[in-house]
Amino acid sequence: MEFFRKETAIDFMGQRRIAVALTLFVIIASLVLLLTRGLSFGVDFTGGTVIEVGYPQSVELGEVRGKLAEAGFDDAQVQHFGTARDVLIRLAPRGESSSAQLSEEVMTVLEAGDSKVELRRQEFVGPQVGKELTEQGGLAMLYTLIGILIYVALRFEYRFSVGAVAALVHDVIVILGVFSLFRIEFDLTVLAALLAVIGYSLNDTIVVFDRIRENFRKVRKGTAVEVVNLSINQTLSRTIITGLTTMLVLAALYLLGGEVIRSFALALLLGVVVGTYSSIYVASLVALAMGVSKQDLMAVKKEGAVDEGP
Amino acid sequence: MINQYPLWKYVLILAVLLAGLLYALPNLYGEDPAVQVSTLRGAELDSALVDSMQLALREGGVSPKGVEPGQEQVLFRFRDSEEQLRAVELLRPVLGERLVMALNLAPATPDWLQRFNARPMYLGLDLRGGVHFLLEVDMDAALAQAVERYGTEVRTLLRENRVRYLGVQTSSDTVRIRFRDAEELGQARDLIEREFGQLVLEEVEGAELELRGTIGEQEALEIRRFALQQNITTLRNRVNELGVAEPVIQQQGDSRIVVQLPGVQDTVAAKNILGATATLEYRAVDFRGSVEDAVAGRVPVGSRLYQDRNGQPVLLRQQVIVTGDQIVNARSGLDQQGGGPMVSVTLDSRGAKRMLDFTQDNVGNPMAVVFIENRTVTREVDGERVTSTRKVEEVISVATIRGVFGRNFQTTGLDSPREAHELALLLRAGALAAPIDIVEERTVGPSMGKENIDQGFKSVIIGFALVLLYMAFYYKVFGLVANLALALNLVIIVAVLSMLQATLTLPGIAGIVLTVGMAVDANVLIFERIREELRNGNSPQAAIHAGYEKAFSTIADANITTLIAAVVLFSFGTGPIKGFAVTLSIGIITSMFTAIMGTRAVINLIYGGRRVTRLSV
Repeated sequence: MEFFRKETAIDFMGQRRIAVALTLFVIIASLVLLLTRGLSFGVDFTGGTVIEVGYPQSVELGEVRGKLAEAGFDDAQVQHFGTARDVLIRLAPRGESSSAQLSEEVMTVLEAGDSKVELRRQEFVGPQVGKELTEQGGLAMLYTLIGILIYVALRFEYRFSVGAVAALVHDVIVILGVFSLFRIEFDLTVLAALLAVIGYSLNDTIVVFDRIRENFRKVRKGTAVEVVNLSINQTLSRTIITGLTTMLVLAALYLLGGEVIRSFALALLLGVVVGTYSSIYVASLVALAMGVSKQDLMAVKKEGAVDEGP
Repeated sequence: MINQYPLWKYVLILAVLLAGLLYALPNLYGEDPAVQVSTLRGAELDSALVDSMQLALREGGVSPKGVEPGQEQVLFRFRDSEEQLRAVELLRPVLGERLVMALNLAPATPDWLQRFNARPMYLGLDLRGGVHFLLEVDMDAALAQAVERYGTEVRTLLRENRVRYLGVQTSSDTVRIRFRDAEELGQARDLIEREFGQLVLEEVEGAELELRGTIGEQEALEIRRFALQQNITTLRNRVNELGVAEPVIQQQGDSRIVVQLPGVQDTVAAKNILGATATLEYRAVDFRGSVEDAVAGRVPVGSRLYQDRNGQPVLLRQQVIVTGDQIVNARSGLDQQGGGPMVSVTLDSRGAKRMLDFTQDNVGNPMAVVFIENRTVTREVDGERVTSTRKVEEVISVATIRGVFGRNFQTTGLDSPREAHELALLLRAGALAAPIDIVEERTVGPSMGKENIDQGFKSVIIGFALVLLYMAFYYKVFGLVANLALALNLVIIVAVLSMLQATLTLPGIAGIVLTVGMAVDANVLIFERIREELRNGNSPQAAIHAGYEKAFSTIADANITTLIAAVVLFSFGTGPIKGFAVTLSIGIITSMFTAIMGTRAVINLIYGGRRVTRLSV
């Protein structure tokens, strides 16, 4: 089977004005969302306690909330986690640094209502640790981008490396925007997913760049825009097939991997879509806009060799 | 002839395949429910005890599947968890106080595999259930304690040498000594410099003459390192007594300790034990009284019966010579004269005076150190939780007094530098343990762990199967070859994880899933390239050759950049993120091997070296 029996000739770069407008709109919207609404950070970053309990049958959240409020936990956030039988309880950091006592108390309260309730998971993160994680996460992101900037600049050319990094920054902002829009919890695993997205999107960008470099050297005629267009078309079937297989696996993870891994899979699914878009309309466009041209990528001429005119 | 591999490449691929299978194999054998019985604090296990345990099991009608005695522990394997639980009941009366028992899942790796050092993957807490603590040693308190001690010492030193001073005060990191005149200050300065070279001294001119001593950088570093070390040692001892199989106690950063207790559910009990306070006492040994009589119940008046670390009875006088809070320092080292391992102890002035008085009358007599821990124990009585404090006392050292001493003395005659090191740490633990705080705590229930592992593996298998189908459908023969490589890749990832004994976590499984998705990419790149070459009118052989050739640099660039991200993740991340980074990095490297070299080898076998008119791609 082949999706593209013949080489496609879609004029990707012809649509670049629309694409730029769309990209700018999405980025600005994401930034506005992030600034006004922010991210709903998980306990990993804010510090506090999360308790996950399982009931043998479905349970009303109002009931659980009521019981907890009676016992003095009126700040508890209660929500279903995956199924109607699982309940996630979030408590803000308290004065004392210990939490076993806290979860013990919560369990006592819940057991008074239903003796069959079971503690499934309990997490406590001190505020200090949370702060450090936020810092480390930001730094990790920064160092990854710098590492990539250097590698791409060495292997290709600095204009490409700026394009690649711009695409990655775009991906991160857009995914964060979506997380902010739908108020999906941002925890440690989502951070890991975000870094994996950087890896994936970069993969995509490099494949396109690689072809652009090759075509600049091989195709004698045509403008830079035409060469870029040709390269994107030549790699299109690969882009789509790899995207599909990766999404296939991620979909399995999203649907079957359990609640803990769900937001991780979601971030990556988003990342595959956004990353594919950005390698065409951010990375390539930025490189073009910065005036990347044939001469920049010609193989270094051997010393003494002179190009004879026709 | 193109598209033929030299023999060594086939041999290499075959060797990797075999090694991969061998080291991935232990994961298929599963685990036996087991009971692990171990001694406290690394004492040796008596073989007679093992025999009596086996006898108890046999009499109760339980025959273990296997018995594995070791230096400090013995492992009984059973066929099912029912037998395991019955064995616990049968063993309990035999054990007594000196041994602890832990329920365990022991890998059922057959002997011949163990001989290759092949073990199953190490599952993280999120997959097997248990408690994770991140503890932080209060370094400010550790430094403050040190400054406090210097303050006391300086006071004594000045008084003993009749140097007049107005006052000595300590703040968080400074000792301040005020004087009336410069001459006294000078004398004091000389004395302090000679005795406590570690203090950085500074004269402050002001309304009053003041000498300030701060702890130097080197010394502060040493204090921090030691506070951490000492806490790790005490934690390890306590965790051993909890009877947890495969606990993890590790330093993280320069002031934190990770404690992971697989299988433990009762966090409150675990925390009580981790947070126990310890102290110690020097006591005289009652060498006149008969230990046999005391064991039989006739303890001499004024004496008490204790046990040492191996459970041997020791009879001590009730009167205490020196207590833990009077110990200023304890360091292990080598004996100047004898050359053997020793521990040198420094007491404060109060302790020094008492020690001097005692040793004057007792040269040649033995003296013992008792280590005391106060633990909060939570028990369930009639459905209610009752908290009580239990005192655990243990003799950690008995030594003969060789001469009269006070402030400084040495304990020699220790078996090994390790024992000396341990004793020094215990002495310090009983004296001046720096306080620790729990800064992170995660508990995963056993059902949750089971669920995570089931869901994790299910999603890997289904995702994997979907990709296999898709590839076979889309690329036909070449797709099937890519599928072979994908399967090999999975085997190698599992094998490498097993070999490294890296911890497999749920995000780690996600990492594997992701590499499966991405490993396909290399093959997609190659196959698309081959199709393109064919479209351009190249012969099948040339298309294969060019396809692999041209796709290589793209694949390498793409994977190296992803590897950069994975390595950064690894160096920054902790716990779950690290697990993800590890599997991702391993996956990237192994996929390069299987997707390029592996598929090429098979393709060459199928198409190489003969006339081919069309490719099934």
